[in-house]
Amino acid sequence: MASLIAILDLKGKPLIQRTYRDDVPASYVERFLPLVLDFEEEGQQVTPCFSSQGIHYLHIRHSNLYLLALARRNTNAAEIIIFLHRLTQVLVEYFKELEEESIRDNFVIIYELMDEMMDFGYPQTTESKILQEYITQESHKLEIQARPPMAVTNAVSWRTEGIRYRKNEVFLDVIESVNLLVNANGNVVRSEILGAVKLKCYLSGMPELRLGLNDKVMFESTGRTARGKAIEMEDVKFHQCVRLSRFENDRTISFIPPDGEFELMSYRLSTPVKPLIWVEAAVESHKGSRVEYLVKVKAQFKRRSTANNVEIFVPVPDDADSPKFRASTGSVQYAPDKSAFVWKIKQLGGGREFLMRAHFGLPSVKSESDFDKRAPISVKFEIPYFTVSGIQVRYLKIVEKSGYQALPWVRYITQNGDDYSLRTASEKGSAPIAPI
Amino acid sequence: MTSAQDGKFFQRGKTEELRAELQAAEGKDKKYIKRKTALKKIVANITMGNDMSPLYTDVVHCLGTPLLEVKKMVYLFLISYGRSKPEQITYVIPNFLQDCNDRNPLIRALAIRTMSYIPIPSVTDALAETLRHCLKDRDAYVRKTAAICVAKLYVADPRRTEKAGYVEMLRDLLLDSNATVVANAVAALSEIAERHDGVSFQLNLVVANKLLAALNDNSEWGQVYILDALLRFVPQEHADAEIMAERIVVQLQHANSAVVLTTIKILLYLMNYVENRRLIEHICKKMGPPLVTMLSSGPEVQYVALRNILLIIQRRPMVLKNDVKVFFCKYNDPVYIKLAKLEIIYRLARAENAPEVLAELQEYASEVDIDFVRKAVRSIGRLAIKVEEASSACINALLDLIDTKVTYVVQEAVIVIRDVFRRYPGRYEGVIPKLCEHMDLLDESESKAAIIWIIGQFSDRIDNADDLLDDLVYTFLEENVEVQLALLTASVKLFIHKSQKPSVKELVHKVLKWATEEIDNPDLRDRGFMYWRLLAINPATAKEIVLAEKPAITTDSDRMDRGALDQLLLHTGTLGSIYHKNPETFIRGVAGRSLPDTPALNNHSRAVLISTGRGAQYMNPPISVAAGPIEPSAGPSTVGNQAPSSPEADERLLPSGSDGQDADTSIDKDRDADEHAAPTRPPAPMDVNDPYSNLDGAFGGYIADGPRPMQNRGQNNDLDDLLL
Repeated sequence: MASLIAILDLKGKPLIQRTYRDDVPASYVERFLPLVLDFEEEGQQVTPCFSSQGIHYLHIRHSNLYLLALARRNTNAAEIIIFLHRLTQVLVEYFKELEEESIRDNFVIIYELMDEMMDFGYPQTTESKILQEYITQESHKLEIQARPPMAVTNAVSWRTEGIRYRKNEVFLDVIESVNLLVNANGNVVRSEILGAVKLKCYLSGMPELRLGLNDKVMFESTGRTARGKAIEMEDVKFHQCVRLSRFENDRTISFIPPDGEFELMSYRLSTPVKPLIWVEAAVESHKGSRVEYLVKVKAQFKRRSTANNVEIFVPVPDDADSPKFRASTGSVQYAPDKSAFVWKIKQLGGGREFLMRAHFGLPSVKSESDFDKRAPISVKFEIPYFTVSGIQVRYLKIVEKSGYQALPWVRYITQNGDDYSLRTASEKGSAPIAPI
Repeated sequence: MTSAQDGKFFQRGKTEELRAELQAAEGKDKKYIKRKTALKKIVANITMGNDMSPLYTDVVHCLGTPLLEVKKMVYLFLISYGRSKPEQITYVIPNFLQDCNDRNPLIRALAIRTMSYIPIPSVTDALAETLRHCLKDRDAYVRKTAAICVAKLYVADPRRTEKAGYVEMLRDLLLDSNATVVANAVAALSEIAERHDGVSFQLNLVVANKLLAALNDNSEWGQVYILDALLRFVPQEHADAEIMAERIVVQLQHANSAVVLTTIKILLYLMNYVENRRLIEHICKKMGPPLVTMLSSGPEVQYVALRNILLIIQRRPMVLKNDVKVFFCKYNDPVYIKLAKLEIIYRLARAENAPEVLAELQEYASEVDIDFVRKAVRSIGRLAIKVEEASSACINALLDLIDTKVTYVVQEAVIVIRDVFRRYPGRYEGVIPKLCEHMDLLDESESKAAIIWIIGQFSDRIDNADDLLDDLVYTFLEENVEVQLALLTASVKLFIHKSQKPSVKELVHKVLKWATEEIDNPDLRDRGFMYWRLLAINPATAKEIVLAEKPAITTDSDRMDRGALDQLLLHTGTLGSIYHKNPETFIRGVAGRSLPDTPALNNHSRAVLISTGRGAQYMNPPISVAAGPIEPSAGPSTVGNQAPSSPEADERLLPSGSDGQDADTSIDKDRDADEHAAPTRPPAPMDVNDPYSNLDGAFGGYIADGPRPMQNRGQNNDLDDLLL
């Protein structure tokens, strides 16, 4: 449990704060940033949880703000950190942007939210949709005032009753992000697929939904044989609306969805993935005065698919200047702030292969012992109508007691994860690797 | 929802002006807009940290306004200043009580919640009266708020709250028909029981099952409170634990990492009471994937997960046994994540995956962050010590790194290579010339001491050892004590090896004279005298003692003590699990936790059980946490300098202690031999009052996994031990 929650600007000044327990004086909020600076000065890492003088500081960053929780007891750190993320999420959904200005403009309602979302340091209701039903900007006459929605204490704490849509629809997005690390020698060191099933639900009443996937474990446990490929998910995580016990029993994904947009489930596969987009770069440096790159990109997926908005980031030395580029497709830009150049290809067809050359001048002459470590090449891309794992939505059944017909729409997309990187070979002329 | 535009109210307001504004609003005020504006200005001033307490009576006056927004602002004001005006608050109490009987449950709950945040007697008295009804309110929203209020009341006045029967009423709420109310009652009861003077809160099988039934109808936070409370269920039979574990294992699929980590905590706890090996294996297998998935969350959650994983894999090595690759660092990981991953990578390294691990560590050794690079280099050496099959490859890697001539890389490499020499005597000494070539790059005492130790130890094989040492001795008086000690011992060793050389004689004489005459440090001086006498009285004995065979070192013992782990894992997911410290060591007045000893407790867990009496915490002076139990990321330079605060530290190969050990081990030869003969090491002596005294250094820093003498080899390798 947290004793105090505060939102601070980057200078460490509290913009708004709320005390939940008396065991931590409010003034400790202002010690946060000086402590962080002290750690940095001493060359220590600033970790998300640290303690000083018996007070524990847990914090996250959101754009130009710190969200800080103080505690004196042996708090559940995961709970508090996730709560801070939820608070951020709720405030963003309320005010679109969470920044210094929006906090000042809405301080009264933020106090109300802080009072409602946490009591005595225990997180309570953190569903923005539900909060919005009874904590609003509009003034309430005490006569016709808001009441706590049933959902606050209901078993279905994420959906309220009486929702009506003229047209009942569900949009389902299956998004797979590929994380991959390729070594300088071309071997895939690590790869994983992070999948997410996101829903946009525009459904009336209290609908019961059931989602069917080509889940291998489900087919095996029910003794059915899959038509086509079945996939084996290593780990599945569900939104709290999914009945976990039913999933455990017969792998059925059944739920009453929240209204609007939410992430129904996420899954992870660590089956080896062939790099969908392969990039290799040959680097040649000429006596430390100029450097040349030859970059090759290859789309290693089926011809019928196309990767959109491919961006290849190739790191270059910090001081590289006078860039010259020649690419067989797309456009190339130098991004000195990122110490990289970016090769952008709007559409990259499956099986296609392209080359580009880059040339830079290097003003400062490097000494031999200079340890030039370059970041790996990273790639961004999107491949629509395609999932790398082969996951498929077999059905989405929607049942509501009023008996309406609802249409589910499904879309698939595969994209890069936050770490799709290929390490470059060490530059020619760097220290040779000597055998013992 | 659209944004309001209240930023304009953030102007420092004079209290007189604000008062006038409030009073003006008492006149004609359509829709109470003026009053609302004035109040907003006041709240904005509170937010800015300006004292608005002089406006107390004026603000309270607004309570009559039939507007929820106004009411909430007045209540907020009262939470901020109510306690400073104990006399005046009595006027507000009737308003509170009226609200407690409002038709709207939102208002009823708001009233008791606000009252409970003002801990002064008159308010508490009034709250106590009305809370009795609120705990039985027909609306669950009020009941769930009332449950938490009991915990607050308890903090204000424990004895009275207990006497008045509120704790009993909370217990009744455990059987409430509404799951959210149950969860909040559980949270409140746990809080009360957590205090050292608190009431006891144990769950029997019936109540525990009832709570489990409420689990699925709860919000994610409610699930955390209920799962957490399952720690208070003490299995009397294996079956109790087994059934419970099977029932909660599905919560590992929850999207909220707090739910998952709390579930893991309970599973780890219950596994101590499970007999069925297959079930234990099953649970271990189930725990791995959700832990890996947490590595895809934000860095803060990742960090919590990583620190916990480091503990979990020591206690249950089956978890994540084959998953070393998922811990390979991403280029953009924050450094604290990389460091946490590095420790796990090292721990998961074994002969089968050593080549991949080594390749990865080599990659890290050329990254940008110095701290990370140093630890990566050090890990390569530790890998050589841990995995014999990989040692040659590791040495090659270290030599390549030395070729880069990057000073901090070379220093780290020299330090670990010294340990490698001790682990594999007679195997890699061929690389010494290469180390000596780069001696001029060493400018930190730890690495200097390391190369000096190497030169001294192998001075019979290094042709120009005397020249090298002579150079190093040149700055003897300016060096710090760690280096001085190393120089002293090294020159004595050199003399024993090459006593016939006059220049060597001169050198050792010079050093001994300095150490005994010019130095104030008693340790150094005494050692100087000892060596001097030894050499003077009987050079043959001196040789035997100074060049005695040293026990080889290993990393077998680098796992934490099992009993201590069992105890620490009862705090999985909490701050303690991040600092790797039991909460009673850093929080005053907290009762320690230990596995309750029941017939269902596994023999393996019982054998290492550390029990905490309820009185124990009073004997533990709360440690000062000035620097805090922060993540052990002390700079590398301090790594070797850790004071030998724990018994283990004596056995650890401390750079400064290595010389001492030469003498120590041989003087105490008998003791040493005994220990070698004994199959298991006797438990490290502990401070009776402090069962954790031996943990102290165990997690202090990177050195926690540092090499130590090979005395208890095999002790931890028993397969049963890994499983049960």
